[in-house]
Amino acid sequence: MSVLTIQSDGLGYDGQTVLEPFRLDIRSGEHLILLGKSGCGKSTLLNHIYTENRDECALIPQGLGLVDRLSVFHNVYMGRLSHHSVFHNLRNLVMPAEARVAEIVPLLERLGLSDKCFSAVADLSGGQQQRVAVARALYQGASVLLADEPVSALDGPEADRVMSLLGQHFTTAIITLHDVERALRYGQRIIAIQDGALVLDEPAARLSVSTLNAFY
Amino acid sequence: MRSTKMVEMPTYRWPRGARTGLWFLLIALLCVPFADLEVSSLDPWTDLGRLLQGFISPQMMDLEIVIEALLATLAFAFGGVSLAVVCGFLLALAFHHPLMRGICALMRSVHELFWALIFLQFFGLHPLTGLLAIAVPYSGIFARMFAEILDQVPKQPGYSLPARSGYLSALFYTRLPLAWPHLVSYTSYRLECGIRSSAILGFVGLPTLGYYLESSFSQGYYPEVAALLILFYVLVATKKLWLRRWTLPVFIVGAPFFMGEGMPIIWGNVWRFFSQDIVPAPLRASDPTWQSFADWSSNILLEQALPGIWNTLILSQIALAVTGIFALCLFPLISRHCFSAAGRMPGHLLLVIARSTPEYLLAYILLQLLGPSMLPAVIALAIHNGALIGYLTGRNSNEIQLRHDAPVRRFDRYCYELLPRTYPAFLSFMLYRWEVIMRETAILGILGIQTIGFFVDSAIQEIRFDVALLLILIAAIMNIMVDIIARRIQQKVSS
Repeated sequence: MSVLTIQSDGLGYDGQTVLEPFRLDIRSGEHLILLGKSGCGKSTLLNHIYTENRDECALIPQGLGLVDRLSVFHNVYMGRLSHHSVFHNLRNLVMPAEARVAEIVPLLERLGLSDKCFSAVADLSGGQQQRVAVARALYQGASVLLADEPVSALDGPEADRVMSLLGQHFTTAIITLHDVERALRYGQRIIAIQDGALVLDEPAARLSVSTLNAFY
Repeated sequence: MRSTKMVEMPTYRWPRGARTGLWFLLIALLCVPFADLEVSSLDPWTDLGRLLQGFISPQMMDLEIVIEALLATLAFAFGGVSLAVVCGFLLALAFHHPLMRGICALMRSVHELFWALIFLQFFGLHPLTGLLAIAVPYSGIFARMFAEILDQVPKQPGYSLPARSGYLSALFYTRLPLAWPHLVSYTSYRLECGIRSSAILGFVGLPTLGYYLESSFSQGYYPEVAALLILFYVLVATKKLWLRRWTLPVFIVGAPFFMGEGMPIIWGNVWRFFSQDIVPAPLRASDPTWQSFADWSSNILLEQALPGIWNTLILSQIALAVTGIFALCLFPLISRHCFSAAGRMPGHLLLVIARSTPEYLLAYILLQLLGPSMLPAVIALAIHNGALIGYLTGRNSNEIQLRHDAPVRRFDRYCYELLPRTYPAFLSFMLYRWEVIMRETAILGILGIQTIGFFVDSAIQEIRFDVALLLILIAAIMNIMVDIIARRIQQKVSS
């Protein structure tokens, strides 16, 4: 059964086409990896999927979209702003609610950020900031993950930990990566984009590093 | 099942910027019990209604007079600002010298109306009075800003010049062209301020718009007031249309011819002003003693300076806090993250009108409506400055790129995204504006609120220029001190 059907008659901006028309069915439980050179349209595709399916999706954008003056806690909490009343949100901004802190601290612990709960995001390293964006997506509790290079600033073991955490947490995921080996390790289905078209769509089990390297 | 493991609860501290803002708010609240915020006029609504009715049916006074007043307003603005640009640029080149910096600080910390009052005493109602009243403080302002802008240009081009290129050649070939766009845009902003200042000079008798506004207002001719105000808004709002590269020289060259005739300068008065009038009274006596000088100065300090300083501080702290609240409420009106392009139009209109109305004029109008107390002054300062800072903050918020999954509800978006992201800019606008608000608060005393300007004005009316000058100097020192404190806070917050 497909949870998402994405159709487009061409994507682009400023009159330039980035992606040719396509149709993509994503089944529930599927972990899909998007591969392709930088600038090939991966992010455009991801953002298109997000704007069409806002309600089911959690997004980790490439720029992370953190508010760096606010604390880690508040940035993560933002994943659930729509679950609470405006009043609660305002109150939680001024005085973090204990119940919310209790929800978020364990999440931060799993990402190795527990001592940073109330630090301003601006004071964090790039890798730590990326994990804050991951925590926000995890906290949101959506069923589908859309992640644009979610581990680009993390080193090997750390990146693997975050990838498997994302894998366990979301039933369905669409993730862009540039590391071919990692794509094969975590993806069940792999799509490659080249010259504005989806040129490859195969189960990961049938692919090898060398076949995928052809797309770079 | 609940986990038995105790999760250690970290404690949350507000970010430094938020704490700074709250301190200012707290200080303002502590000031409120000491402030006279009463509405003393019997029926403010009727008068306000009549004023608004004036806007529905504005009525032009004698067209010839109006055109003359408009031209005089522009003439003083262009003349004063261009003179200040030249002097300010020269001063900026020597700005690294501490003495120069001190002189510039003194020049800009005295309000243009105070300068006008000083020059009036010896030049009389001569065009030179209006010209210098704008040129002197603006030179100090330009000196500082030009020096800062010239400091911020990339250093590389200067370094790569051949040795012994010479200071002036290096300036004209590297720093000046690099800084040019910033210098031009700042000067253009200041020109707008100059038009406001020039209009206000009419309140002390120069033939600009303020003169006619005051006379129409005091006689209750509200339709005329409305017509003059509308004309003023149109003049400021259409600046882009009439101020072009090729019209600028015409305005500058033409300026001296439209400042009015005024009265001839009596040079004896000028001499007397410096040799007698401003010499402290006890020193003028035949046998000056330390005792008489000490009595004189302690008398002024206790009876005029201290109450003046106290009221100026109280009023400006309250006005500053209300300005901040206004700005934070107003900026979403022009933010593209809150409203569509069409939805932002009313906000833009509101902010343009509010920020192009000089606070002195607003305070004058509100004082007539509400009666003499600090309330109209607070409202006037907050409307003008709040709209200005709201505009700058809103523009800053429009540069933000929100992520695709930004909060959907407008209020969430405001609290969690826009406010935290624009707050640092907002705070630095506020800290910069603090000194301006204090300077303006002092001057509002001329309208009858007992800030330091009130005592300056009474001293001048009693022809005690020594006292007036001393009080002006005290006001200037207050402004310089606030400026220093504001910079310290700014450094701390942004570190």
